Parts: sequence; C-alpha cells; structure tokens
Amino acid sequence: MMGPLLVSIYVFVLAGFLGFELITKVPPTLHTPLMSGANAMSGITIIGALTLVTVASPSVSVVIGVAALILATINVVGGFLVTDRMLATFGGRR
Amino acid sequence: MNGGIEITELTALLALASIALFVVGLKRLSKVRTSRTGNALMASGMLVAVVITLVEIGLVDYRWIVTGLVIGGGLGVLIVVRARATQMPEIVARFNGFGGAASALVALSLFWLEVVEAPGEATAATVLGGTAAVTLVLSVLIGATTLSGSILAELKLRGTLEASQRIPMRTVLMGLAALGGAAMGFVATFGVEDPGTAAGLIIGLAAASLLVGLILVLPIGGADMPVVISLLNSLSGLAAAATGFALNNHLLIIAGTVVGAAGLILTQIMCVAMNRSLINVIAGGYGEGGDVEHGEYGTVISTDPESAAMVLEAAQSVIIVPGYGLAAARAQNAAHDLAQALIDRGASVRFAIHPVAGRMPGHMNVVLAEAEVPYELLSEMDEINPEFSQTDVAIVVGANDVVNPAAKEQPDSPIGGMPILDVEQARRVFVIKRSLSPGYAGIKNDLFERENTVMLYGDAKEMLTELANELEAVR
Repeated sequence: MMGPLLVSIYVFVLAGFLGFELITKVPPTLHTPLMSGANAMSGITIIGALTLVTVASPSVSVVIGVAALILATINVVGGFLVTDRMLATFGGRR
Repeated sequence: MNGGIEITELTALLALASIALFVVGLKRLSKVRTSRTGNALMASGMLVAVVITLVEIGLVDYRWIVTGLVIGGGLGVLIVVRARATQMPEIVARFNGFGGAASALVALSLFWLEVVEAPGEATAATVLGGTAAVTLVLSVLIGATTLSGSILAELKLRGTLEASQRIPMRTVLMGLAALGGAAMGFVATFGVEDPGTAAGLIIGLAAASLLVGLILVLPIGGADMPVVISLLNSLSGLAAAATGFALNNHLLIIAGTVVGAAGLILTQIMCVAMNRSLINVIAGGYGEGGDVEHGEYGTVISTDPESAAMVLEAAQSVIIVPGYGLAAARAQNAAHDLAQALIDRGASVRFAIHPVAGRMPGHMNVVLAEAEVPYELLSEMDEINPEFSQTDVAIVVGANDVVNPAAKEQPDSPIGGMPILDVEQARRVFVIKRSLSPGYAGIKNDLFERENTVMLYGDAKEMLTELANELEAVR
C-alpha cells in the first residue's frame, strides 16, 4: 500500500505528463486566449481558500484566508469571462 | 457514519469529473474551432470543484465564504466589463498575479491557523507534517514571486514603466533572495517553536519572494512580456499545486500541475514563434532603449493622405500590416473601413498578422475581430510572406520592429534572426506612424529609408479614416 505522500507524488508526476502532452500545436491566434484560460484554471486555489474561512471569528488566519478567497475568485470569474470575451470576437467563424 | 463515507466517495468521484472537464476544456481551448466551448467546459469544471468543496466543508459559518465569493466575483466581472479590447493583455497579467497571490495567501492562512494561532508551541513540521511544511514554503515563494512579477509585467505592458532597468549582479541577487527567503521559511517551519518568531520569519520569506519577482522581471523588455506572463502563469499553477500538497488536496495538485506543465509548453511555443530561447528572454536586455544605438535616419520620404489615396486608387492588391499602434489608437474600425473601401474598388485586401504583433500573440486578431474584419482576410506570417513581392501596396499601421529588415540583414542587431513580415518587397510601402521614434526594440528601422517606402505621419485612426474618405470621394 502506498502512503498518502506517495499517492500525492504519483498524482503530481502524472498530472505533469498530462499537462505537457495536452498542449501541442497552438495557432498564434489562440496563444493569448489559451494563456488566459489556463490562468483562470490556476485560480483552482479558490477551493483551498474556501476550506480556511469556515469560522466566524475574524482571526488573522481567517482575514488572510478571505483575502485569498477574494483574489482567487477574481482570478476565476474574471479569467474565464475575459477569455470568453476574447474568443467571442473570433470564435466559431471558421 | 455510513452516510458520511458515501458523501466522501461521491465528492471524490465528482472531483474526477471536474478534472475531466478541465482536461477536455483545455484541449478544446487550443483549437480555433472549439475554443469557446473549451473555455466554457473549464469554467464548469471550476464550478463543480467549488460545489464539491462546499459540500465537503459541510455545515459551517458561511459569512466569510459568501463575502469572499461575492466581492471577488463582483470585482472580476467589473474588471472585465470595464476593460477595453486593447487592454486584454494587461488584464491577463493582473489576474495571473492575483492567482499567484491567492495561493501564497492560502499557505499563509494555513500557517497562521495551525501554527501561530494554535495553542501550545510546536513547529509547523510537527503539526502539519514534513511535506506540508516544505510545500507551504514553496507555495509562498512561488506565489509571491508571481504576484510581484505580474504587477511589474502589467505596468510594463501599460507603458507606465518605460525602459527596462539593468540590475548589476542580477542572477546572484535573485539567487540570494530566493535562497535567503527559502532558508527563512524552512527555519520557520522546521526549526522554530515560538509562534512569534516563526510568523516573523514567514513574513521575511514573503518579502524576499516579492523581491525575486521584481528582480526577475525588471530587466526584461516590454516586447518580451507575453513570454514572461506565460511563464508566470505556469508558476502560478505550480504555486497552486504546492498549496495542494500542503492541504493534501489532490484536485488542487492535479489542476495546478496541469496548468504548470501546459503553461511551460505554451511559453516554449511562444518563444519559438519569436525565434528566441527562453534563457535568452529571461536574460533580459532585449527591447531596451538605453544601451542600443538608435542610429540616425537618412532620407525619409513622407507624403499626405491625398497623394497616398491616389496610389491606392490604382492598386490591385493591398496588404495591411497592423501593429500595436493600431490597437493603441483604437483604429481597428478605421482599418476595417479602409479595407472595405478598397474591396469596393475591386482590389484584393489582406491583413498580415505577425505572431508577436501587438503586446501579446493573437492581440491583433482580437482587436481586428472586434471591428468585424472577416476572419478570412487575416493571414499569418508564413502564409503571406511569399505574396509581398506580388503586392502593389503594403500599408503598415503602427507596426515597427516586426517589419524591420534589419532582423534579416544584420545578424548582430538586437532583433537579428527574428522572423519578420517581408513588407519591403511590396512595390510601394506606406507606413502610418506618429514619428520616427523607435519601437520596443529601441532601434532604427531600415524600412523607413527604403526607396519604395513613404511615411504618412499622424494618428493611425485619423490617417486611415482620411484615406478611406479620399477613396470614397473619387468613386
């Protein structure tokens, strides 16, 4: 049986391979939207922030956590919106 | 208790669905035909991830969760709605910085919760385990570097921060800041039991990491910012992955690592498009106005819109070459009108898009699409370069370095070896530009001195509109 750390390392390495293989040929037109979409995806840290702001008392950790949650949400919501706005102008025309 | 286990299994399965949505979405996003649905799939994957996290948290005090989501969501929408099409690259840089900062703050929040505010005195390594202690430090290091680097990148894109500054002993300084920061972080998480001292050291780590980002980006020229932002994007993914290790959250590890790896590949692809190596970009100095000799211009011919329109009247084939100047002057609609006027007269019109025209790859496509220039009229560099020699008129609008023949003819030029659009081969070249000031590379453009080149000094929007009006008038 693998310990939790080993499982995490397996997951990390395999996800790395997945990411490397996922992107191969990208037309220059899509460089910016792809970067923007991937950037929105890195806002996944939002789920980390969510787990840290579950108590009412505004301690330092909660204040930092709320700041993290706000920034991550901006990253996610704004990131996917801005990507869609870029793609809407030239997507589906071909 | 049984019910609890079932819910955990259900959320674990849904996490897999979320990952599948991310992967398929990212794949579709990299193809023109499917890109928009790809983005929507990724967004829904994110929604699934948030929902399962809320389910896993269970019944808690929701006030901070709601506060954070509402404020963040509102600001995100506001920033996008208020942005102009020309500002897209800056917005991407800003969001990127926020993502990195969020990962670093999550790690800091965890540290404060489990170590500083916890009763009793124990090191983070004891409380959280060795892995979490290490990855927590990495998360702060990478996340804070991403934040300061992205802010600087946004300022450079906006032009607020003009020239790139050379930093003496840069590599050494950067290494010292990174190693010093990491050392402080590891002492804080492994060696110190007193919460106050540990908190101080962690703040030192964050400060040192911010410094690393500044030293990294400061000497890199504005023209290279797209590559830098792509690299920082990859880093923000890795910061999220490190946070995932610290929280022992597989969904975070996978999504973060996929972004980290895909971002690195994208960075590489963008470097290839500019014919540069990543090392070369990071080394900086390119695009620096300071050290490079500007050179004096010899004979440069200029004319007025009336005479230029007379040449255009007779032209059978016209290629328009847009650059950042077009986006900055918001001249995309005027460019569309001129193209339409020429087409109405029976001329064939194409737009030649250099891979790095503008401030970011694809920037010109976004801007021209906004003016509803048909997609079929846009041609990429490799496709259109052989056609310049059979073209009557090339109109360069606010582009500079990407049409500078020095890239081909002077190997030791700062842009030597960069692939360019061969506009100088057209029978006549009109260059619409405010003045002879250099572009991002800070060098003289030999194209402006060519016999077949005629300058049209002025604002891109006004000049294009005048040309279009002149053409309409003689119909």
